[in-house]
Amino acid sequence: MARRVGDTFRYLPLLAVLTLWPAFAHSAEPKTEAELRNFVVQDCGSCHGLTFKGGLGPPLRPADIEPLSVEAIEAIIREGVPGTAMPPWKALLTDDEMTWISKQLKSGALL
Amino acid sequence: MLRMVTMIAAIVLVGCQALQSEQALPLRGTGDLGLIIERATGSVLVIDHSEHDVLGRVEGLGDLSHASVVYSRDARYGYVFGRDGGLTKVDLLTMTIANRVIQSGNSIGGAISQDGRYVAVSNYEPGGVNIFDSETLETVLEIPAYYVNEQGEKDQSKTVGLVDAPGNQFVFSLFDAGEIWTVDMMATPPDVTRFDAGKEPYDSLITPDGRYYIAGLFGEDGLSMMDLWHPEQGATTILPGYGKGEQRLPVYKMPHLEGWAIAEGNAFVPAVGRHEVLVADMNDWSMVQRIPVQGQPVFVMSSPDNRQIWVSFAHPKNNVVQVIDSQTREIIRTLEPGKSVLHMEFTPRGEEVWVSSRDSNRITVYNTRTLEEVKTLSAQKPSGIFFTNRAHALGL
Repeated sequence: MARRVGDTFRYLPLLAVLTLWPAFAHSAEPKTEAELRNFVVQDCGSCHGLTFKGGLGPPLRPADIEPLSVEAIEAIIREGVPGTAMPPWKALLTDDEMTWISKQLKSGALL
Repeated sequence: MLRMVTMIAAIVLVGCQALQSEQALPLRGTGDLGLIIERATGSVLVIDHSEHDVLGRVEGLGDLSHASVVYSRDARYGYVFGRDGGLTKVDLLTMTIANRVIQSGNSIGGAISQDGRYVAVSNYEPGGVNIFDSETLETVLEIPAYYVNEQGEKDQSKTVGLVDAPGNQFVFSLFDAGEIWTVDMMATPPDVTRFDAGKEPYDSLITPDGRYYIAGLFGEDGLSMMDLWHPEQGATTILPGYGKGEQRLPVYKMPHLEGWAIAEGNAFVPAVGRHEVLVADMNDWSMVQRIPVQGQPVFVMSSPDNRQIWVSFAHPKNNVVQVIDSQTREIIRTLEPGKSVLHMEFTPRGEEVWVSSRDSNRITVYNTRTLEEVKTLSAQKPSGIFFTNRAHALGL
């Protein structure tokens, strides 16, 4: 997809806002892998269970999320599930972090 | 022959040791003891809040990612409700597991009846409430939370906000069905009554006198209230549309209503998806004020003298606790007990409060008069703190 240079400039203010925004949000600062692992197990675990067997939220073991691709899980984490207790996490997690989490859930590495 | 004598001797010896271990226990009461949940390791700490001391650790309680405790009326045993459906009876004196059953696939909490005979557990999977003999943990009654779902099919709802109520009743809410059910344990068989409530009750509380049962709603702005002196009036909505016209923030952690605050004739409750504590006039349940706080409140708890309201918060602003003066309704102190504060528990007469910081592996004890730190204790990923004075309070 070719993009004209002009377009980039047009969106520059927006880009600047997007780039700076995490700094204002204070919590979206990148986490270390250990922090991220702790976050997934402990904080996601509040609703999905520490062993991802489910709670208020559905179970997230590899077999439970088998039909979902890494990208699909990532999208759920990013945007949440409207009408349910699953919130969008995009303000608190970076794209890389959401990808990492999705892959860990798919592989069951955090169990 | 010699072998047999040895065997008998061994048996006698083992018997004596078992006896001895009971006898060797220091003679003591349980009134200043408590349990602290260590959520990641499936263990609990037995603590002494007079001495600020950890007496011991009891292990093997399963998944405690969401756990709570109620106490037997003699305050010797704590019933620990685990996420994995485990119901564990812990002996605080011997610091051992007295009994343990796995009673469902996934549970959220429980209650003990007014007379102390029954322990009830609120389950997500399969949705419903199971009731046990508090002595033996044998099943007394199973109450599947049947309802008709949006597809018109018979389904079982997740149950939440289970409390005990006067008249030896249990009361709970159905998250998926939007109903409140009461269970009369005096009737034979126990009598279950259903009431319509608001959308998606996520937790509830009962006022200390046991009269009002109030369920917080996730599916709408407002709370569902039942006057248990007049159940025939059904559930009514209070504080309807408290955030009308405003965009709700993503809710990163469900608020908890247990131990909610009532002071000066006002009720202080956490707003869902807002950085606010709501204040309602308990005479007519009208909104008095919305107090801005630094994050989304999870626990809003009043000190036993009702002078202070202590507020903990949802991720990611959960490293602080704010203290509100119940009279002026202003924040008087912001404290930093550690990373990921999960729970607070006041000593029975309120001179101190214990605060758990999950990611700092720490309990911080504060003096409620000076608001200064008194002591810190080590714990592994601590969450809930439960003192034995709960044995003698309704709804706890």
